[in-house]
Amino acid sequence: MQPKILLEKNQFDVKIKRLCHQLIEAHNDFSETVIIGLQPRGIFLAKRIQKELQSILKNKDIKCGALDITFHRDDFRKKELIPNPTNIDFTIEDKNVVLVDDVLFTGRTIRAGLDAMLAFGRPQDVELLVLVDRRLARHVPIQAKYVGITIDSIETQNVKVEWMETDGKDKITLFDK
Amino acid sequence: MSHLSVNHLLGIKSLTKNDIELILSTAQNFKEVINRPIKKVPSLRDITIANLFFENSTRTRLSFELAQKRLSADTINFSASNSSVKKGETLIDTVNNILAMKVDMIVMRHASAGAAVFLSKKVNAKIINAGDGAHEHPTQALLDAFSIQERLGDLKGKKIVIVGDILHSRVALSNIFCLQKLGAIVKVCGPLTLIPKHIASLGVEVELDLKKALEWCDVANMLRIQLERQDIKYFPTLREYSMLYGLDKELLDSLSKKIIIMHPGPINRGVEITSDVADSKQSIILDQVENGVAVRMAVMFLLAGRQG
Repeated sequence: MQPKILLEKNQFDVKIKRLCHQLIEAHNDFSETVIIGLQPRGIFLAKRIQKELQSILKNKDIKCGALDITFHRDDFRKKELIPNPTNIDFTIEDKNVVLVDDVLFTGRTIRAGLDAMLAFGRPQDVELLVLVDRRLARHVPIQAKYVGITIDSIETQNVKVEWMETDGKDKITLFDK
Repeated sequence: MSHLSVNHLLGIKSLTKNDIELILSTAQNFKEVINRPIKKVPSLRDITIANLFFENSTRTRLSFELAQKRLSADTINFSASNSSVKKGETLIDTVNNILAMKVDMIVMRHASAGAAVFLSKKVNAKIINAGDGAHEHPTQALLDAFSIQERLGDLKGKKIVIVGDILHSRVALSNIFCLQKLGAIVKVCGPLTLIPKHIASLGVEVELDLKKALEWCDVANMLRIQLERQDIKYFPTLREYSMLYGLDKELLDSLSKKIIIMHPGPINRGVEITSDVADSKQSIILDQVENGVAVRMAVMFLLAGRQG
């Protein structure tokens, strides 16, 4: 199959703006809510959302951290894994946490993320935000509350999310492995 | 830089520059972990590690043990003083008996150089050398490099002098390999009787004058005089050694720049360094201890992730 572009340029922006407005609907001024992006690819979305929320809410104080889940993965020793930095300089105790990742596939990363997050406190409430939901592919019972796009794909396919910050363009592509 | 090139950590000599950089960058992540409110991660929860200490150790053994606990590994401890080794059991027999209990990884300190390499060829487990005689002490060298890097950044071109009992020091040899692989320039300094004859073949210069060595360097690693390994007298008295090669505050303050002081411990206060130097702002001795846990976590994490 030829690689299929699922989303790019302006559509990409529109999705992120829509996700931000949905977040504001549920979390008001974000005084009791923090954003945590999952390393390595979820942090770009988390930072983009933080920036967008800051500009919509005219509030610079929106907390956003980066969480690495390597040490909590369940496939450790099936392949060699290299960790990324974790950077959460605030407590999540009694806060509402929005976990952010680019693609939701089997759900195993998010499971590890929920586990890893608890080292930083006991949150009041945890929600999941993803840009791409590959539905019907879950291995664990995990569902996102905020979703950019939902797609049907099979296991032999991959979804690649590219970011302006690192790849020079905003683009989501579906392709065969 | 995605994985280690070795299945065991037997010495720094067998590591590549990439291996060292991978261990140090992974250790950075673990340092963040051990400074969290909850300092434990479940990475090695299905791994059993045996700590075999055929020689005395406080710091290294505790550091390894804590690192294993922080990684959620199961551990068993063994020290030669209260074991069947005293009854005449050989190393291989002792280790095979321990492995029969399904142990995945062995951390070993032994008085004989090459003990870890020997073991790695005979048994089916990942081996980490925690010091073999006067040969190597790889995790100490890694944590030293990590601690210097933390203060000075990239080690390329940095000048490091190792002072004291080079002849009996496994820390010195591992440090020389590690620092050179990372691009640093290493000198050794001490009485000629305690400098190995062929040290120049490692690309290391010898400086006999402590003050000159300290003026030259960015970092001074002050080694302990290992009286327990000295079967003959290498210098007349400890007092004389201390006068010529001991570092006190007066000497430290007389230098034209602020250098970093390290010590692998245990310190003989008043012999190789005085208390006011050991406790001064220029000393990173306690940072070395903290970093030791992070570095050892990184080593065990990366080795456990290796297939085969």
